[in-house]
Amino acid sequence: MNLLRAWFAGIPAYLWSGWGALASLFMFLALWDWGSQIYGDLVLPGPLATFVQLGALVDAGAAWPELAVTAKRALTGFALSLAAGSVLGLLAGLSVTASVMSRPIVTVLVGMPPIAWLVLALLWFGTGDATPVFTVFIACFPIIFVGALQGARTLDGQLKDVAHAYRLPLRMTLSDVYLPHVVSYLFPAWIAALGMSWKIVVMAELLATPDGVGAALAVSRAHLDTAASMAWIAAVVGLLLTAEYLVLEPIKREVENWRTAL
Amino acid sequence: MTLRVTGLGHRFGLADVLADIDLELPAGESVALVGPSGCGKTTLLNLIAGLERPSAGRIDNGYARPACVFQQPRLLPWQTALDNIALGLKAVGVARRERERRAATMGLRLGLANADLDKFPHQLSGGMQSRVALARAFVLEPDLLLLDEPFSALDVGLKAELYALLLGEIAARRASLLTITHDLMEAVRLSDRILMMAPAPGRIVGEYRLDRPRGQRDDGWIYRTTAAFMDEPAVRAGFGLPGQQAGGSVVALASAAAGRAKDRP
Ligand SMILES: Nc1ncnc2c1ncn2[C@@H]1O[C@H](COP(=O)(O)OP(=O)(O)OP(=O)(O)O)[C@@H](O)[C@H]1O
Ligand SMILES: [Mg+2]
Repeated sequence: MNLLRAWFAGIPAYLWSGWGALASLFMFLALWDWGSQIYGDLVLPGPLATFVQLGALVDAGAAWPELAVTAKRALTGFALSLAAGSVLGLLAGLSVTASVMSRPIVTVLVGMPPIAWLVLALLWFGTGDATPVFTVFIACFPIIFVGALQGARTLDGQLKDVAHAYRLPLRMTLSDVYLPHVVSYLFPAWIAALGMSWKIVVMAELLATPDGVGAALAVSRAHLDTAASMAWIAAVVGLLLTAEYLVLEPIKREVENWRTAL
Repeated sequence: MTLRVTGLGHRFGLADVLADIDLELPAGESVALVGPSGCGKTTLLNLIAGLERPSAGRIDNGYARPACVFQQPRLLPWQTALDNIALGLKAVGVARRERERRAATMGLRLGLANADLDKFPHQLSGGMQSRVALARAFVLEPDLLLLDEPFSALDVGLKAELYALLLGEIAARRASLLTITHDLMEAVRLSDRILMMAPAPGRIVGEYRLDRPRGQRDDGWIYRTTAAFMDEPAVRAGFGLPGQQAGGSVVALASAAAGRAKDRP
C-alpha cells in the first residue's frame, strides 16, 4: 500500500528531524537525575536506577506479559470506542437535530471523571477484563464522537456541488470528497483517544484487576518499592512514546500533508 | 442538442431571485450573461447545471457533457493540481495513467508549470487555482461549458492567451458556451449574444447580437463595440451608470459600431 511505502521512506528524514525532540528528552532525564540526587533514591530513584530495575524486570520475564495484558485491554477498549464513536458521531453529524441533541450528552460524558466510571464499572462488572475495557471505552468514546461529529458537520456544500456537477459516482464522492475531510477531523481524535486509553487502563488496573501493569504498580506500592514503581511507569510511558512517534505521527503526516506546506 | 429554459423562476425562502427567464442555447453558440452584482447570474447557472431545483418553469438540457467552472475555484484541497484536473476523467473511469497524461497536457496548455501540477491547491496562487479549475472543465471536452467569471483572477496577458484557447476549443468541437462576466469587453470578445440581466427579481432585460464571427474580431472592433454596448439605455440603467452621455467621441464610436451591435426585440 502507498501509505506503508511512504511510511518506510519517511523514517530516515523523520528520525533526523527528531534530534530536537531527543535533546529535550535528555534534558528531562537530566532534571530527573538532579531531583533524585537531592531527594535520594528512596524517594525518587534516578533514571539509571529506574532503567536498571526495568532491565531486571524484563530479564526476570515479568515485564512483557504484564505489558501485553495491559495493551490488550487498552486496545480493546480503544477499538470499541473507535468503532462506536466514529459511526455514531458521523451519523449524528449528518442530522442537525441529532447533533444538537447529542451535544449536552457529550458534555456530560466529557465532564464525568474516569474514576467515577471506574467505580460504576467495578460495581457492574467486578474485577476482571471487562472493568478496565469498559472504563477505557467510556473515556475515549466522547473524544472520538466529537471528532466525527465535527467532521460530518463541517462537510463542504460547495464541494458537494463540484461532485454533482462533475458527475462523480457515489463511491468516488465518498472516497475523494467526503472521506479525506472527515479523516482530517477523525484522525487527531483517534490519536488523542489512544493516549487517553493508555492512561485510563493503568488507573483501572490499579484498582480493579489482579494482573497488568496497573496491578504491578499496586504491588510495588504496597512493598514501598519506589524503584519498581518508577520502572513500570517508565515502561508504560516509553511504550506510549514509541507508538506515538514511530507509528502514529508519521501516518498523521502522510494523511494530512495536504494541509501543511511540503 | 440544445438548452432550452422556459418560464424559469427561483426563490430562496421568500425572496424572488429569478423570474420568468426564457433562454435558448443551440449547439455551437456562445452567450454571455452580464448584469449587476447579486442579480441572480450564478443562481441561473447553478439551475442550468442541475445543482439546484427551480421553483418554477423548466429547463431542458439536451447536452450530453456539460462542464462547469464555478465563481470560486472549488478545488479539492487534499488533491494535487493534477488530480484535481483529472477529477471528471476519473469519474467516467479513465485509467490512471491515461487521465494523468491528459490532465497534465491540459494543465500545461493553460500555462501551469510541471512543478505546479504536483502542488496542493493552497500552495498555488489565486490565478493558478482558477486555471486548474478551467483545466478540470476543459479536459472533459465538454459540449456545453458553463463559466462563472472564470477569468477574474488573471492578468491581461494570461486572459488574452486563455481567450484564444477557449475560443479555439469551442470552435473546434462546435461546443456551446455560457459565460458570466463583469467585464463587458470580455463579453463582447467571447460571445455571439449578450444577455443583460436586472435584479429583484433577476430577469433578462436586453439581448444584443454580435454579428462579426468570433475569429475575426480585432481589438479595435472590440473596443468600439464595447463602447457602443455601454451606451445602450438598458445597459446604462442596469449598471446604474449616469444617463446617456452627449459627449462627441462616445457618440461617434457608438454610431460607428451601431450597425453591428443591434438590439433584438
Ligand atoms: N443559497 C442562497 N440562499 C439564499 N439566498 C441566496 C442564495 N444564493 C444566492 N442568494 C441570493 O440570490 C441573489 C442572487 O445571487 P447570485 O449569486 O445569483 O448573484 P450574482 O448575479 O451571481 O452576483 P455576483 O455577480 O456578485 O456573483 C442574491 O441576492 C443572493 O443574496
Ligand atoms: Mg455570481
